[in-house]
Amino acid sequence: MKGMKALAAGTAIVVATFAGTVYAGETFDNVKAQGFVQCGVNTGLPGFSNIDDNGDWKGLDVDVCRAVAAAMFGDASKVKYTPLNAKERFTALQSGEIDVLSRNTTWTLSRDGSLGINFTGVTYYDGQGFLVKKSLGVKSAKDLGGASVCVQSGTTTELNLADYFRSQNLKFTPVTYDNADATAKAFDAGRCDALTSDQSQLYALRILLKDPSGSVVLPDVISKEPLGPSVRQGDDDWFNLVKWSLFAMVNGEDLGITSENIDDMKKNGSDKPDVKRFLGETGEFGKMLGVSDDWAYNIVKQVGNYGESFERNVGSGSNLKIERGLNALWSNGGLQYAPPVR
Amino acid sequence: MSSDTSAHSQSQGIAPSKPPFWRNPRVHALFYQVVLLIGVFVFFGYIFHNTVVNLENQGITTGFGFLDQEAGFGIIQSLIAYTPASTYARTFAVGLLNTVLVSVVGIFLATIVGLIVGLARLSKNWLISRLAAVYIETFRNIPLLLQILFWYFAVLQALPSPRQSFSLGEVAFLNIRGIYLPEPVFESGFGVVFAAIALAVVIVAALAKWAHRRRMQTGQSFHTVWTSLAVLIALPGLAFAVMGAPLGWSLPSLQGFNFTGGITVIPELAALVIALTIYTASSIAEIVRSGILSVSHGQTEAASSLGLSTGKITRLVVLPQAMRVVIPPLTSQYLNLMKNSSLATAIGYPDLVNVFAGTTLNQTGQAVVIIAMTMSVYLTISLLISFFMNWYNRRSAFVEQ
Repeated sequence: MKGMKALAAGTAIVVATFAGTVYAGETFDNVKAQGFVQCGVNTGLPGFSNIDDNGDWKGLDVDVCRAVAAAMFGDASKVKYTPLNAKERFTALQSGEIDVLSRNTTWTLSRDGSLGINFTGVTYYDGQGFLVKKSLGVKSAKDLGGASVCVQSGTTTELNLADYFRSQNLKFTPVTYDNADATAKAFDAGRCDALTSDQSQLYALRILLKDPSGSVVLPDVISKEPLGPSVRQGDDDWFNLVKWSLFAMVNGEDLGITSENIDDMKKNGSDKPDVKRFLGETGEFGKMLGVSDDWAYNIVKQVGNYGESFERNVGSGSNLKIERGLNALWSNGGLQYAPPVR
Repeated sequence: MSSDTSAHSQSQGIAPSKPPFWRNPRVHALFYQVVLLIGVFVFFGYIFHNTVVNLENQGITTGFGFLDQEAGFGIIQSLIAYTPASTYARTFAVGLLNTVLVSVVGIFLATIVGLIVGLARLSKNWLISRLAAVYIETFRNIPLLLQILFWYFAVLQALPSPRQSFSLGEVAFLNIRGIYLPEPVFESGFGVVFAAIALAVVIVAALAKWAHRRRMQTGQSFHTVWTSLAVLIALPGLAFAVMGAPLGWSLPSLQGFNFTGGITVIPELAALVIALTIYTASSIAEIVRSGILSVSHGQTEAASSLGLSTGKITRLVVLPQAMRVVIPPLTSQYLNLMKNSSLATAIGYPDLVNVFAGTTLNQTGQAVVIIAMTMSVYLTISLLISFFMNWYNRRSAFVEQ
């Protein structure tokens, strides 16, 4: 792992040193030429990106990669996954090792402004919380003064943790590891009193513990964590495609189009103009993105709409059983909203 | 050649014409050196320029400006005052000092363990020498990273929780969060004790020098060790008693989630030091053995025929001569240990690579600057260790008559 990190950092330096000027359109053309999308994902986080029993990558973040591939090549399986830990992820994107980073990464100003990357949207509205052993009898994060807290290094979580305890005027001891797995293991062993991360991750990590029911996620949410995919700056075509791949998933749900009924709709010809545009029957919306006009059809057909992906990976269809909450559609009181295809 | 030339010049009757300057070998040499130098400068200048341009094109900000910004994250162990409100420059210093701490402690312990095991390996006692051999062959041949992970995850994370700590007379505690030791608290008046200690050291140094000179002149030996010990204990002891025992202890006690007070040795540090010590000591043991074996047996025989005891033979005859063989490879081991300490990041010990080239890099995205700074730190520390060991080597080198 350390080797990989050194390699990633080394690659970044070499690339920054020798690479020629990056022109607009380069990433888009490269991806098209090589025939697959290089996607950076989490090394293993149930519900977001994880390898299933058949050796296939599954998860909400993984579905974004698959949607991009479906839009570009008409085949959601044309993805090469690169598992990355939190520290490696940006370097991997900057150096061109991956084309899109879809790894439960929080959208922040400094990341948009100083890392040479752009976030393309929000896959999951999250917030940071704490996981504690029930036996401690802690009811709120405010009771955690003096506690040792396990946290993954190089994350916004690590910064929020320090901010929170500072603002509450409480002392804490950070115990940091560079991957979520080690963090969970240390928490399990009792190295720390609490584990902090995005709430979605806490639920995911909890099922990896020896005794999941012995731990509880505290109700406090101490930060805003909009998680989303990001791309390198300098290629607006590529930025657009990744952005609209996620929008297509959300729009699909908004229009009531699912992977199940999409063929029906296409065959029987929907009379709704927005569905027609979405399916590529009217207009040349795919061409505007530089791909074929059935791009959105391919996404929903092969990957599913946002709601399907959510329920399958983290919601009722998974063992995480996370409520839609903030991630419900805007029309259902949530925050998921996509600009229209027109 | 010279006679030819002189004959030639005589026949011509004029001084030989000097060859044109471009055929002068010294000019040649200088010319190529300058060309090479310019080439090197141009090459690195190009790389530097290109890096800056590319970083700019990719929209990545660079430079040292980030060092003044607030870090915003906590660090579990720091030898200097550090809070999340400190700057990134401070995280650099914290990481650097943590690296230095683990290196110094590791080098110190590995040298002692290595020396003992190396001597044990040469012991005439079959059991002792076999045990030493088993130790060396086991730990030298298992990758260091595995050993670190073993000590950390298998041994130290199996310790009980703070509420079920092992305790040593209720003053020292051991649990999964670390080793908790009582911390001395110096009260007013302890300065006098410090002064007494300093004075004792000066007296002992003078005593040793005097004893050495006397032996050189008269051959009479003096019980330096015992006398020194007496001085070192009596003088500060006296001061301590006179000043009314100005020393308190801060005992660790369980408060809330953790022990507070006293000195805490975090398990990450403990695992790293144990692994580095055991691993490096196995190599040092072999170096010590090779050094001792390089001293010819005749030296030992000669010494013992002079009536020296075994201990004295080892201390006064064998080890000094072994040192000149031991020092150069020992230097490499010290350098290795220091560099290997960067494996700390695997178990979350906050060393330079973990805190600065890891977390800080990730929070700021300043890969080029941070990696360059980190590399120069390791280079500098390595060169300092080399410099010191070379100096020591020259001092202890065998002077051939």
